Amino acid sequence: MKAWWRFKNSYFFYSFRRDPVALVSFSVFFFLVLVSLFAPVIAPHNPYDTSTIDVMDAEIPPSWMDGGQERFWLGTDIQGRDLYSTMLYGLRTSVAIGIGAVLFQGILGIVVGLTAGYVGGRVDGFLMRVADIQFSIPYLIVAIITSAIFQLAFGVGRFEQLAMPLLILIIGISEWPKYARTVRASVLGEKQKEYVEAARVIGLNPVRIMYRHILPNTLTPVLVISTIQVAQAVMSEAALSFLGLGMPVTKPSLGSLIKAGFQYVFSGSWWITTFPGILLVTFTLVVILFGDWLRDVLNPKLYKG
Amino acid sequence: MPNPTTSLLSIRGLVKHFDISGGLLDQLTLEKGRLRRRRTTVKALNDVSFEIRRGETLSVVGESGCGKSTLARTVIGLYPPNRGQVIYGDQRIDHLTARQMLPFRRRMQMIFQDPYASLNPRMTVARILEEPVIFHNPGMSAAAAAEKVADVMDQVGVDPKWADRYPHEFSGGQRQRISIARALMVDPEFIVADEPVSALDVSIQAQILNLLMDAQEQRGLTYLFITHDLSVVRHISTRVAVMYLGTLCELAPAASIFNQPRHPYTQALLSAIPRLGEQRSRHIRLKGEVPTPIHLPSGCVFHGRCLYADERCRQEVPTATPLGPDGLVACHRVAEGKM
Amino acid sequence: MTHLLEVENLEVRFALRFGDLTAIDDISFHLDKKEKLGIVGESGAGKSVTGFAIINLLSKPGYIAGGRIRFEGREISRLSAEALRQIRGNRISMIFQDPMMTLNPVLTIGTQMVETVLAHRRVGKAEARALALEKLRKVYIPSPEKRLDQYPHEMSGGMRQRIVIAIALLTDPALIIADEPTTALDVTIQAGIMELLTELCETEEMGLILITHDLAVVSQVTERIAVMYAGRIIETGYTADIVAHPRHPYTIGLINSLPGLRQAGSRLEQIPGMMPNLTAIPAGCAFHPRCFLATPECRAARPELVAVNGGRQWAACHRLELTAGRNLLHH
Repeated sequence: MKAWWRFKNSYFFYSFRRDPVALVSFSVFFFLVLVSLFAPVIAPHNPYDTSTIDVMDAEIPPSWMDGGQERFWLGTDIQGRDLYSTMLYGLRTSVAIGIGAVLFQGILGIVVGLTAGYVGGRVDGFLMRVADIQFSIPYLIVAIITSAIFQLAFGVGRFEQLAMPLLILIIGISEWPKYARTVRASVLGEKQKEYVEAARVIGLNPVRIMYRHILPNTLTPVLVISTIQVAQAVMSEAALSFLGLGMPVTKPSLGSLIKAGFQYVFSGSWWITTFPGILLVTFTLVVILFGDWLRDVLNPKLYKG
Repeated sequence: MPNPTTSLLSIRGLVKHFDISGGLLDQLTLEKGRLRRRRTTVKALNDVSFEIRRGETLSVVGESGCGKSTLARTVIGLYPPNRGQVIYGDQRIDHLTARQMLPFRRRMQMIFQDPYASLNPRMTVARILEEPVIFHNPGMSAAAAAEKVADVMDQVGVDPKWADRYPHEFSGGQRQRISIARALMVDPEFIVADEPVSALDVSIQAQILNLLMDAQEQRGLTYLFITHDLSVVRHISTRVAVMYLGTLCELAPAASIFNQPRHPYTQALLSAIPRLGEQRSRHIRLKGEVPTPIHLPSGCVFHGRCLYADERCRQEVPTATPLGPDGLVACHRVAEGKM
Repeated sequence: MTHLLEVENLEVRFALRFGDLTAIDDISFHLDKKEKLGIVGESGAGKSVTGFAIINLLSKPGYIAGGRIRFEGREISRLSAEALRQIRGNRISMIFQDPMMTLNPVLTIGTQMVETVLAHRRVGKAEARALALEKLRKVYIPSPEKRLDQYPHEMSGGMRQRIVIAIALLTDPALIIADEPTTALDVTIQAGIMELLTELCETEEMGLILITHDLAVVSQVTERIAVMYAGRIIETGYTADIVAHPRHPYTIGLINSLPGLRQAGSRLEQIPGMMPNLTAIPAGCAFHPRCFLATPECRAARPELVAVNGGRQWAACHRLELTAGRNLLHH
């Protein structure tokens, strides 16, 4: 209750309310996340349920066009799935991968950055060189190699089941150095502050000082990059799926929907790829816009009158 | 041996150097066509010895870069010394492990300069204050800890009903009170205060100094007080140690150091204090500037600026010799009886 | 007779989201050639804002809401930006607490000084350099030729502040505003800088406004002082008189709380509470919640400055009759 009151009267909330870009982008983002969470409830069809899919329904245009049917608002895809429902499920998969990848890279990056920054010296040198090396390998190469090895080792059937955790792993591994660097930079700043010395004078052990005292003070930049990273991860997922390295068509994500529909754009079925494309762009755009606003409002160097 | 009945803490031959040469690549220099590795060290403390007596306020004064803050942090155990010893009571504490150090942690505490950086901005005052007690008394009940917090907040003049607030909701003076409260939470006997009033306004400064003096009287505290403000030093100190470039120049009871400074640097430093209502104090002008602690001068570190330096001062490092029962001075000219 | 600088009923406000905030409320003072005026106060008293207002360098939400600033007989608070730039940095120079606010870390001292000269004078580069050298000598910089080719980071804090003063002198200003010029410096350096400023006022026939929180420094350097509290001048007059027998309870408290004057180890007299925030300045006399003499009148009506001590001092207090006849320096 008290925390809510504090939040309601904060500068943060005040500038949020006054900024139309922040308001709109956050509302859209919130709406999309909500929709993807409740996709099974909202969607009129279940694209995972093969018994309801009829190939005869394939490539039906959106309902307002000639040949469109009331049943399929945005038309159907090549397998006869309702595009609207499939997009909702696809968004759900994309958002889950995006958030999962960001959580994974965040936790890994925070632990590495915190350790490197606080311990310093050789540990710092080693960890940050590892981060540099990781950073210099493009995630596509990581993805290609990992999924190739994976498909060889477990077979294509297993791969389809494990595609989601695998994508989270790939995107997470290739992006954690961003967190590590950001956290390390702010740890280096915080470490010199006297409250850290005070904690050491009390006799607290380093782990407790790192996680209880320093970490909460480095979370602001982490929050800011996290928004951008979610957008980035969703786009990475789409790119990988588009290249055939990501989600299989049977478990659609926005990326694999775009890929599946892409081949039919010129045969007239433009909707299969266009609507998921618009949804993807909208989602990443609002996340990035919100992230931009967050970065400005949390920047201590900007005037807060 | 230091006398344990009078001496609470003594330091002997304390040396602290900081390596600021950076990574291996930064250390390499090309010299006459050959690659050489060169290290840069800041010689912050060079062979400093003295003892702090039970119940006294020993102030360490000096200008920026003289090593007084390093001294404070080495004494409290934040920095390990390169050489020398820190002896608390009758036990050497500078080489203890974190676990062995714990019983001493609750006997010595520290107060910091910057009231804005010394309190964790993400913790409420209650959490900041209860952390040390609960850490040192793991069996303590939450109610007992809360009671102790309220008690100490009361003592330092911060209303206990504000315990649930965050540091940024307090003014600089109140934050400094909270910082003092945190140090008092574990009932220490020795407090290192690093410039505790330097960041505060004059009227607030007086409030904090009074608080520190009251706490000393009620709890029998011993202070190691680090400051550059000489009028504060004069007011609260039992004895005063003057430092220059990482060495101790002079240590004497407050009254005698202000009335009769012996070391030439002490004389120059004290002559520069601006005094209210005195038209144009006649300060002793020193030649040149303070050398960097990276390249220390030979002999007496002060010789390049000293008005009385001779050949011996340029060659030979003066050792601190007793001056009266309570003092030390490190100067060849004083030792020779020429000052 | 016109003064070098005359400030009359100056009012500065900050336009903030919840309305205007008065930072400086109706202050007046004047300064003559060779004269040194101290503006004293604690943080939040409005002393720096006063300095910035004189040269119209108030940063964004701040603006001059009323009053007059006359410099060398000209009204300057309403000048155009261009006309003002001619005066600022030319006839009026400002020195800040942090020399790095004035010095550019990536340019040599020489480049910065020559540029300053060229911006204000029509002279050649060689001539500008010669002028720079002359000013460096004036502030007693050792081996000035060498210094011209150095960067600010190669010098100590005291040396940098001397360079800043030399830059301020380049345009032969008639007025220098020094905002806490020695607060970041050690005492031995501070003494030297203060001595230099005092000497320059005399030799260069300049006026000096010294803005500081340090009463002791002000009392040694200036002839007159203005003590500020919560955006107003609450006591002003000749330094020697105010320091010896202040009449406003705040000034009295401020001097009493200085540790240097008391018996060592005794309790310092303290002013309870703290300076009010500009958003919540108490009604009546702004000092009344902290004042040991406050009466209902002080809560109701704001006192104006009145002359005391035969016109050598002015104080804004309802209870001046109670503060007469004290001499703080000789307890």
